[in-house]
Amino acid sequence: MGLDIRLPIGLMFGVLGAMLVAYGLVADPAIYQRSLGLNVNFGWGLALLAFGGAMFHFGRRAGKARTA
Amino acid sequence: MTLSAIDWAIMLVYLVFVLGIGVVVKRHTRSSEDFFLAGRALPAWVCGLAFISANLGAQEVIGMAASGAKYGIATSHFYWVGAIPAMVFVGVFMMPFYYGSRARSVPEYLRLRFDEKTRALNAVSFAVMTVFSSGVSMYAMAKLLQTLKLLDAPLAALGLPAAWAFHLSILASACIVLAYTFLGGLTSAIYNEVLQFFLIVAGFLPLVLLGLADVGGWSGLKARLPDGFAHSWQGMGSASTNPMGVEWFGMVMGLGFVLSFGYWCTDFLVVQRAMAAHSISAARRTPLIAALPKMVFPFLVILPGLIAVALPAPSAPPTLQAGDVATPRVQSGIVPPKLDESGRPVVDKNGKVQLDYDLAIPQMLLHYLPPGLLGLGLTALLASFMSGMAGNVTAFNTVWTYDIYQSYIRPQASDEHYLWMGRMATVFGIGLSVLAAYVATRFNNIMDMLQLVFAFVNAPVFATFLLGMFWKRATGHGAFTGLVAGTVAAALHHGLTLPSGAEAGVKGGWLGMVESYPSEMAQNFWTAILAWSVCFAVTIAVSLITAPRAESELVGLVYSLTQRPAEDDLPWFERPAPLGGIVLALTLVLNVVFW
Repeated sequence: MGLDIRLPIGLMFGVLGAMLVAYGLVADPAIYQRSLGLNVNFGWGLALLAFGGAMFHFGRRAGKARTA
Repeated sequence: MTLSAIDWAIMLVYLVFVLGIGVVVKRHTRSSEDFFLAGRALPAWVCGLAFISANLGAQEVIGMAASGAKYGIATSHFYWVGAIPAMVFVGVFMMPFYYGSRARSVPEYLRLRFDEKTRALNAVSFAVMTVFSSGVSMYAMAKLLQTLKLLDAPLAALGLPAAWAFHLSILASACIVLAYTFLGGLTSAIYNEVLQFFLIVAGFLPLVLLGLADVGGWSGLKARLPDGFAHSWQGMGSASTNPMGVEWFGMVMGLGFVLSFGYWCTDFLVVQRAMAAHSISAARRTPLIAALPKMVFPFLVILPGLIAVALPAPSAPPTLQAGDVATPRVQSGIVPPKLDESGRPVVDKNGKVQLDYDLAIPQMLLHYLPPGLLGLGLTALLASFMSGMAGNVTAFNTVWTYDIYQSYIRPQASDEHYLWMGRMATVFGIGLSVLAAYVATRFNNIMDMLQLVFAFVNAPVFATFLLGMFWKRATGHGAFTGLVAGTVAAALHHGLTLPSGAEAGVKGGWLGMVESYPSEMAQNFWTAILAWSVCFAVTIAVSLITAPRAESELVGLVYSLTQRPAEDDLPWFERPAPLGGIVLALTLVLNVVFW
């Protein structure tokens, strides 16, 4: 198929992760009362960023192998 | 509930990607096979994730958490008994016939194996069913968004009345699903289902982790749960000793065998995902790969329901409740009471407050997730809704175009014409679903009755496929008569029995009272068992007195006349049988751990 689904997945989670990390850095810490005092936006954002990066990497690598 | 800008931004990013995938895939959609079968070119892991995602509609996510809050960990029976074994069976034993026969749909397999009338019966009932179920899920989602008052702020900003939230939700969801399935057909739907799968995990996992940390882990949770909520099998010996009101035999045979195999092995909505795989071995691996995440899904969707009841009830009225109605407390955690039109809690005959278990998941999202992750969690909920709806829509347009339009209306048209028809079917299929959603708002009883009729039609189906695939003597007349007899038996059984405490009507007993069941679930399971047995027996009996087809015509369609697919060149972890064995062994372990 023309499109490797790992690329859009990687991109989307990369963008979402980056948004959450950035928001986690600037948002008022008072909002984390709900989440047991943890800055979950920052932490989970990092996790999503890593997942997105890995997906994108594997998608790219497979794409290169196919065209090579 | 009001959302922050970050929450809306997250939803927006998701929408951009969903529609973007549709646009990109459209460029590669040139033939009807591309549109309806994804060109039979997808890798097994993609099909596998789509396989569970299509089943993971919002009703599943919300309903399983609700059931967790109501019945406890026994809800996992719907996974470990009511899904995994059937998924292994369809992958190992049935997929060679679906994929290998080159049938383009499940009804088409029935025509190849049996005859035209059996296919027509299956195709028409399936098409009607998919349209209604996507309408019902659209209705459920719009209702939920309305209850959560999610759209009130943006509507107020636009100067529109809050009552429009319902219309707006229906319209928006219909348009989005329409856009991406119209453009890219099955490929687009499957790709989005994979995206949605990861999103659902990403949205709900933090909720479960936070909730578990809050109540002190699994042991802390167990200590706070009502009796019996922490065990899946203990108390299943008799219907009176477990919260579901079902005894183990009815559960294992009704849910684990008849209903589960009937759904996972014959429902085109899921089977279509496997048929899109690039090879027969990938198609066989699809449900097995799907079974791995399916196995752990209870932790993602049932646990939030359990945690919701384990938490101490809030002293202030929860945010979701309209008005400050004083409510008598029951063991409810943060699950709010059901409210009637005027905003008062609904009480049953004994004066006990009824809880709105469907709000368990939304309440948990609000309870634990701050702005940011809250947006992600709600997006996950929306994603689950769309994946379920797109699953119905793509299955509908395929069955309509191949099994109804091409077969009975316009047989000899060009491939472009059928591709065009598929796109049109997508449009009017979604249009009909919207109509169904509005019918549901007006006439709740009609929808209940329709779902009942569907249940009667579905209950016997697996007997037909089992005999069709594994008994070469089964004939078309036998299959058709069996299906009709099974459906009639289901209706009669339902009409003559009633769950205890229910009134005669849509719950049963409309023909008189012969037998009473301890719960609605028990009645459903036994209706299914009876329908299956009648269909099985009648199909055999009628087959034996009608003329069989020549064996040469059945090659590739029946087990004993078909060569096993060669798989010696595959490594062991790509072979269906060892994979299936591993899946079953892991499921057994889970059952024992949560005994």
